[in-house]
Amino acid sequence: MKTALGFAVAAIVFAVLALAPFYLDAYGIGLMIGMTGYVTLASAWGLFSGRTGYVSLATVAFFGMGAYTVAVLNETLPYPVILLVAGAIGLLVAAVVGFSTLRLAGVYFVIFTFGLAELIRQLVTWFETTVTGTLGRYIFLPIGPEHIYWQLLVLCAATLLITWWVGRSRLGLALRVISDDEVVASHIGIDIARTKLALFAVSAVIITLVGAIQAPRWTYVEPAIVFNPTVSFLTLIMALLGGASRLWGPALGAIPLFLLFEWLSANFPNHYSILLGLLFIVIVFLLPRGVAGFAEDLMRRRPGGTPAPAKPAPTPLRSEGGEARP
Amino acid sequence: MLTTTLIAGLVLGGTYALVAMGLTIQYGIARTMNLAYGETIIAAAFAAYLVHNSLGISPILGLVLIAPAGFVFGWLVYALLLKPLVRRSKGGAALEIDSILATFGLLFVIQGVMQVGFGGNYISYSYMNFGVDILGASVAANRLLALVMALASGGGLYLLLTYTRWGTALRAVAVAPASAPLVGIDADRAARFGFALGGALAACGGVVISMYQTFTASSGVIFTMKALIVVIMGGVGNLAGALSAGLILGLVETFVATYVSPGLTLAAVYLIFLAILLWRPSGLFGKARR
Repeated sequence: MKTALGFAVAAIVFAVLALAPFYLDAYGIGLMIGMTGYVTLASAWGLFSGRTGYVSLATVAFFGMGAYTVAVLNETLPYPVILLVAGAIGLLVAAVVGFSTLRLAGVYFVIFTFGLAELIRQLVTWFETTVTGTLGRYIFLPIGPEHIYWQLLVLCAATLLITWWVGRSRLGLALRVISDDEVVASHIGIDIARTKLALFAVSAVIITLVGAIQAPRWTYVEPAIVFNPTVSFLTLIMALLGGASRLWGPALGAIPLFLLFEWLSANFPNHYSILLGLLFIVIVFLLPRGVAGFAEDLMRRRPGGTPAPAKPAPTPLRSEGGEARP
Repeated sequence: MLTTTLIAGLVLGGTYALVAMGLTIQYGIARTMNLAYGETIIAAAFAAYLVHNSLGISPILGLVLIAPAGFVFGWLVYALLLKPLVRRSKGGAALEIDSILATFGLLFVIQGVMQVGFGGNYISYSYMNFGVDILGASVAANRLLALVMALASGGGLYLLLTYTRWGTALRAVAVAPASAPLVGIDADRAARFGFALGGALAACGGVVISMYQTFTASSGVIFTMKALIVVIMGGVGNLAGALSAGLILGLVETFVATYVSPGLTLAAVYLIFLAILLWRPSGLFGKARR
C-alpha cells in the first residue's frame, strides 16, 4: 500500500516535470537539464558508493567517456546506437577498474579513481593528437534541449527505480550483510567482489549515459571540456549532503546544491573554489549523515520529547559518524 | 642523451621520493588520508617564488623559513581539522571517508586562495639556470641542486626516524597504533607530530619543485596523486619503500616522456601502479598484512 502510494506520487512528480519545457524559456530548460543531470549523477554515485562505502572519484571519467563517444561517433552512427556503444564502453572500463581494485581495501580504489579521469583525458588527448591528428570535435545532432531533458528525465527515473529495486533484491540484501560484516558475508557464501563489481558497473553505465545524453548541449567538444574534474567533486558532495545511502538522498542534496553552485559561479566566479571547499568542511562537520539522516534524527526525536535509542544505519557510508552524535 | 635523461629522471624521482616520504609519514602515523597534500607543496612553491622574486633571497635560504611554516601548517591541519573527526569516529570506518572529505575541502580552499592571489598562469623563476657538465652531458645546475636537496632531506629524515628515540616511537605508532600506547607512547601526540613532519617535507618538496619546474595554482592535485601512488607502491608508512618507489616512478616517467611520448607518462605511471597492486597489494616493501 505504502509502496503503491510512493510510486503514484513519484509518477505524478515525474509527469509534472516532463511538462516543464512547455512553460519554461531556454534558460529555464538549461537549468532543468543541469539539475536533472546532477540528480541522476548523484543518485548513480550513491547507488554504488553509498552502499559499499567505496568513495569513487571517477564520476567524470565515465561522464566524459560518454560525451566523447558521442562526439566521435555522431556523424557515423544513428543516435540510439551511439548511446548503446557509450554504455558498452562505460561497462568495459568499469569492469577493468573494478576487477583490479575492488578486491582490495577501499583506499586503493579511492586513489585509483582519483587519477582515472586524468589518465583517460591524457590517453584520449594523446590518441587524438598522434593518431587522428585532430584535437576537438564538433557535434551536429538534430536534438533540441527539450529532448535532452526528456531523455535525462527517463534516465533519472530509471536510476531511482534501479536503486529502489537493489534495495529490496538479493543484491541489496547481500550488500547489507557485507556492509555490516564482510567476514560473515563471505562465510555465508556471498561473493563480495562480484557483488561490488556488479553495482559499480551499473552505476558507471548510468553515469556514462548521462554524459552521452548531455553531449549535444556542447556543439564543440575536446578532452579538457568533458573531463572537467569539478563534475566528480560536485557529484560526490551532492550525494553526501543529501545522504548517499538513501533512495531520495542524492536528489535531496543535488537540487539545492546545483542551484547554489549556479548562483555562486554567476556571482563569485573567483571565489567559487574557496566557497566549495568550505562547504565540504561544513557538511563533514555538521551533517555527517546527510540531510536525509538529519531529518530522520529529528523525526525520531520529536514524539514525546525523548530520543529513541540510535538505530544503527543500514549502510556503512556516513553512518558511524552519526552514532557519535548526541 | 641517455645520461641527460637518467639525471632528469633521478631529479624527478628524487622529488617524488621526498614528497612521498612526507605523505607516507602522515598516512602511516596519523592514519588519515590527506588529499590536500599537493596543495601544501604548491603553496610552498609559491612561497619560494615570492621569497626569490620580491625579497631576492635564494630559495635555499628561503627553506629555513618555509619548511618550519610547513611544519606548523601540518600541525594545525591535524589539530584543528582532523583531530575532531578522529575523536568523533572512535576508531570506526567513518574516519576514512570523513578525512577524505575534509581534506578535499581544504584542497579547494587552498587552491582557491592561491588562484585569487596568483591567478591561473604558469609560474616559474630563474635560479642557478646554467649548465653543469656531468659525464659529457650538460645538466642544469638547479636540477642538480634539487636532486641533492631531495636526497639530503629525505636521507636525513630516514636516519632520524631510524636511529633516534622519538623516530622509533613514531615508527612504532605506524606499525602498531593499538600497542604503542602500552609502552608509553602518546599516539595522539605522535600523530600530530607525524602530520607536522609531513607538512615540513611537503614544503621542502615544493621549494625543490619551484627551482626547476613551472607550476600553477591547480597543479597540486597531480602531485597528491603521484605521491599517493608512490606511497602505495612503497608500502604505507615505509620510508625506504617511498624512496625507491619515488625514484622508480621518476625514472619511468622521464624515460617514457623522452623515448615514447610525453603524452603517455601518466599511462605508464598507472600501468606500474596496477601491476604492483595486482602483484603485491601491500607495496614493494610491505609485509602481507591483509
